[in-house]
Amino acid sequence: MKVSSLAKTRKRSDYFWAYLMIAPTMLGLFIFYLWPIVQNFYFSFTEWGAFGQYEWTGLDNYKRLLEDAALLQAFKNTSIYIIFTVPIGIFLSIIVAVLLNQNIKGKSIYRTLYFLPVITMPAAIAMVWKWLYNADYGMFNYLLSLVGIEGPQWVSDPKIALYSIIAVAIWSGIGYNMVIFLSGLQGIPKMYYEAAEIDGAGPVTVFFKITLPLLSPVIFFVSIMSLIGAFQVFDLIFMMIGKSSTALESTQSIVYLFYQHAFVLNDKGYAAAISVLLLAVILIITAIQMVLQKKWVHYD
Amino acid sequence: MKKWIIMLLTVVLGVIGLSGCSDSDAASGGDKDGKVEITYGFWDKKQVPAIEEIIKLFNEKYPDIQVKTEITPYGQYFQKLETAATGGALPDVLWMNGAHVVQYAEGKVILPLSEMAEKDNYSLDNYPESLIDLYTVDGDIYGIPKDYDTTGLWYNKKIFDEAGVSYPDETWDWEKLKEASKELTDKEKGIWGYAALMGNQGGYYDFIWQNGGYIISEDGKSAGFDKPEAIEALEYNVSFIKEGLSPTQAQMTETAASELFSSGKIAMMFDGPWMVPEYKKNPDLDVAVVPQGKKRAVSIHGLSNVISSNTKHQEEAWKFVQFLGSKEAAEVFAKTGTVIPAFNGTQDAWKESVPDLNLQAFIDGAEYSVPLPSVENTGEIWQYETDVLKKAWSEEISIEEAAEELTKKANEALSK
Repeated sequence: MKVSSLAKTRKRSDYFWAYLMIAPTMLGLFIFYLWPIVQNFYFSFTEWGAFGQYEWTGLDNYKRLLEDAALLQAFKNTSIYIIFTVPIGIFLSIIVAVLLNQNIKGKSIYRTLYFLPVITMPAAIAMVWKWLYNADYGMFNYLLSLVGIEGPQWVSDPKIALYSIIAVAIWSGIGYNMVIFLSGLQGIPKMYYEAAEIDGAGPVTVFFKITLPLLSPVIFFVSIMSLIGAFQVFDLIFMMIGKSSTALESTQSIVYLFYQHAFVLNDKGYAAAISVLLLAVILIITAIQMVLQKKWVHYD
Repeated sequence: MKKWIIMLLTVVLGVIGLSGCSDSDAASGGDKDGKVEITYGFWDKKQVPAIEEIIKLFNEKYPDIQVKTEITPYGQYFQKLETAATGGALPDVLWMNGAHVVQYAEGKVILPLSEMAEKDNYSLDNYPESLIDLYTVDGDIYGIPKDYDTTGLWYNKKIFDEAGVSYPDETWDWEKLKEASKELTDKEKGIWGYAALMGNQGGYYDFIWQNGGYIISEDGKSAGFDKPEAIEALEYNVSFIKEGLSPTQAQMTETAASELFSSGKIAMMFDGPWMVPEYKKNPDLDVAVVPQGKKRAVSIHGLSNVISSNTKHQEEAWKFVQFLGSKEAAEVFAKTGTVIPAFNGTQDAWKESVPDLNLQAFIDGAEYSVPLPSVENTGEIWQYETDVLKKAWSEEISIEEAAEELTKKANEALSK
């Protein structure tokens, strides 16, 4: 009796310490993340005037969401962005990670090169690419002109501007995912490969039968994170597409639209409703992924 | 024992983290060493040298008031102010433009200055009346004028010489501008005759006024974009693009027209005196008065300095604003050629600051100038102008369609 109660108090005091240790982080999380979410939800039922005055308007903002053609277009743009950036980004980063996991000369140099875009400011990346893409003076069209092709208007033609942004997003995202995949690859025990070698399996078979299944938890993690990140794309579009650009409607994402309403048109109530909608969509899609993972993620 | 140390550390770190914010608040008050620090918010990087010099002069008079500058690019300036005003964190003294003054005055986030001016015998007669009117809301003055700007027709002498076209002067009208653009455009060399900017001041506003139209009716209740005079003016604007005399809208969003102009790709464009510090670096450039339409007209606008109502140092802020509006400060702006100072009689010094340029063109413009319209929702209307007119500029929709859509949206904003 005495022993078990001692163990209990011991356990309880352990919890106490554990909670105390994470308290600063939790406090920050509550103040800077959770409380704003609650406030945002509340403000999505209000209409804003100048300088923080607002009034309760009930479901008006949500009714407006349903009729907003620009929002529909933004969802379409964001979906196209996700459909291209997430799978292609993951596919390319797996390839790069597998290649850089081999014993090749100067592999740390290559790894650094691939990781460089990650530590660069997105705004800086956007500015450089904007110049590369410039229709009249950019490098791409200059190179094309050397072989007699008149290059397109990469970032101001509504039909291709979104794809130009997607290309930059994939390029700048590879490094980050690659590092995660590399650590995943290095967590795969060597003995599987040795066994496969003895059995005479070729590199392709090894990749599909050993590497890919054992990497699946990492792929799952990366795909969830990339999807959430892709849903929130803003900076590349903001920096690369000018406010008076003709390609703005065909490239603006949900978060860009949120920014427009919140900070340009000062329509903060409606902007809050947009962000609540975005939160709901991300939650649903993440939940679906969680359910589907049972079918393809191997945890052993 | 160890546990206690860790706990102590945790608590201490937590407290430090939280108190970080309140600590810096106290510091910005800055009364510690007897000096008061006030902040000055503005957007134009090109004016920094002049402003720094003015602050130096100000400190000779008031060594106990320190001024800290806060530059925010124009694109984000009013967004940042809006958020800052909501949180009661505006800079003590800041730049204001005509488009936003009504909103800020009615929102009570900037201070009325009439009483303070009266008490200190501060005369407002030293500034052009139109600018004082611009910053008077409900009978109270809210901003002390700092500068004014009209539009000029900037041109590249070298391109003119090569094409054998005579330089623009006050005899030019719309027809002549078109004609010259045709002669100056050189597809081979990649030179356009004119940049048909999609901008209101120094763009379609000037043309609409020159054609006898209006932007916002006198009672402030309706917009005039769909009136025949306005449509004709907008069509004249876009015709340059349609006829290949101007870069397209897409080209001008990819590379700013002012960059194309200063690198010799554009022969003529409308731009303001605020570009003098930039354009004076290129000896090929000069400026003339804008051509006339049915009549002479050009938009005028000026900035002013205002005091935020959340300032803790109202007295010091007012002293600084008075100094910024003084002849002394105006002369610094004038002799550095930064902007046309609003203080009456200092404009000549500005004109002489860059003798190679015909800066008289901007001062002449003031005579027949029309102030930029200012209503409570000006900012919103500007946003609609960009949204809608860019479709007309890129020839996606016709001018009539754009004018109709824009008028509808602007009228809605005006009726709010």
